[in-house]
Amino acid sequence: MHLTDRQRVCVVALAELFRGDGEIMASPMGPLPALGARLAKATFEPALVLTDGVASVVDPDGAAEHWMPYRSVFDVLWGGKRHVLMGASQVDGFGNQNIACLGDPAKPKVQLLGFRGAPGNTINHTTSYWIPKHSRRVLVERVDVVSGVGYDRAARLGAAGRFHEIRAVVTNLCVFDFKTPDGSARLKSLHPGVSLDEVQEATGFQYALAGGPDAVPESRGPTEAEDAILDRLTGNT
Amino acid sequence: MAVPAMGSGLDKRMSEEDVVAALSDGMTIGVGGWGSRRKPMSLIRAICRSDLKDLTVVSYGGPDVGLLCAMGKVKKVVYGFVSLDSIPLEPYFRRARQSGAVEAVSLDEGMFQLGLRAAAWRLPFLPTRAGLGSDVTRVNPWLQTVESPYPVGFDPLKQDSTASAGSTDAGEREVLVAMPALRLDAALLHVHRADAAGNGAIGGSDPYFDDLFAAAADRAYLSCEAVVPTAGLKPDSPESTDGLRSLIIPRMAVAGVVEAPRGAHFTACDPDYGRDEGFQRDYAATAKDPAAWEDFRARYIDLADEAAYRDAVAGRSP
Repeated sequence: MHLTDRQRVCVVALAELFRGDGEIMASPMGPLPALGARLAKATFEPALVLTDGVASVVDPDGAAEHWMPYRSVFDVLWGGKRHVLMGASQVDGFGNQNIACLGDPAKPKVQLLGFRGAPGNTINHTTSYWIPKHSRRVLVERVDVVSGVGYDRAARLGAAGRFHEIRAVVTNLCVFDFKTPDGSARLKSLHPGVSLDEVQEATGFQYALAGGPDAVPESRGPTEAEDAILDRLTGNT
Repeated sequence: MAVPAMGSGLDKRMSEEDVVAALSDGMTIGVGGWGSRRKPMSLIRAICRSDLKDLTVVSYGGPDVGLLCAMGKVKKVVYGFVSLDSIPLEPYFRRARQSGAVEAVSLDEGMFQLGLRAAAWRLPFLPTRAGLGSDVTRVNPWLQTVESPYPVGFDPLKQDSTASAGSTDAGEREVLVAMPALRLDAALLHVHRADAAGNGAIGGSDPYFDDLFAAAADRAYLSCEAVVPTAGLKPDSPESTDGLRSLIIPRMAVAGVVEAPRGAHFTACDPDYGRDEGFQRDYAATAKDPAAWEDFRARYIDLADEAAYRDAVAGRSP
């Protein structure tokens, strides 16, 4: 697997999602998120627990550490020791996510996967999203169906919402977090070479700007050491 | 005369057709397996050949749901997802939903598990945070919430023994989703080995939720790669206890046992055989071409019995 410079920035941003998580299970969905979690584990979060995508927790050499069939995943996620990195067919400016269907759920225009575990994930432990193709079709003002719960809805749940955290949305253009007083989106960083106009053009929801209009931070690229690890993980040495 | 060793002495062996004859229109049927993995496809094919209709299908859905939708057997699908794994979206389920041909009870996967568990434990519901704040409650307006009788942080083990539980405690009480029991009239499962009495051994790395489907159902029907004597169920030496963990389906839940070699085809039945990806691709592609579907149906569905299906796919690997 060959990574472009932009993909390397994205993988680093995806790895950064797990910073500070310690000894919990990281559940990345998809190739770049999986690479991000493995990069985090290989560098600043060595205690992360990663599965092989089937039913085993494995160490970096692929040796099984623990049996993790689907039934056990629910025990882990209801216990809170998990950070899931999911995709989204739609995501809005409070971090509500849709993977269920488009249009009226009674007779959908497009049937997607279903709710899957998104409602339970988002209400029980940290969740982040990866959007490989940033566009107004995906980053929308309102999602058609709320699968993963965003900050506006979690705020209304009182104590039952206390484990909710949407850490960030990483796209191929930028990173949004929700560090605003009302939990709405904030542009945290732009990937190198991406302009604010470009993000504006491709985003359907309102967002605040970290650092202000002329000083939005730039997403960091990989260090030399991280580049070497990425080459090793992708078999590109 | 040699008497075959029967263990418990019970013999619940039957054919796919016998299982279908025990089902009736409008039943709620749970299907074991997960996505396109270890699905009781020989039983699904038998339903497709029958005149059963108006079924409510409860499933971690894969081609079981898709085929039954394609054949017009389904009134309602109860699911957390429906997927072919290597092909993310199930085309016939998708079509049935988008045309409004089937009703949907769309749930969070964890809620789904709790619904089966509540049924297995004969409880009206189990509480959970899963679903709160999401549109699971909007699309299923019958879903209710329940207020915890205990304030947040209540801990009887650290409580002054003279304090009466909950009554005088100030503090917020969590409001949770009350996931009702998902009661099944019947469950259909495919496992690796079973004895004639219905004890089932599941190999591979994941038992999924098959035992829960069996426990949530009035009666479960078990298809298996091979019926073996009870003494042959445990796949290792008598000195080792590891194999005990594969004996997951208890006979008291099971009403019938069907010997169905390659019965999960074309879904995965690791370690005995993997998914037949080529076959699955062909199946999925028929959704784009009515003539291809008619051909698929003639070759693989409109057959006399499962033996004819085995013949039809005999040359394929896995």
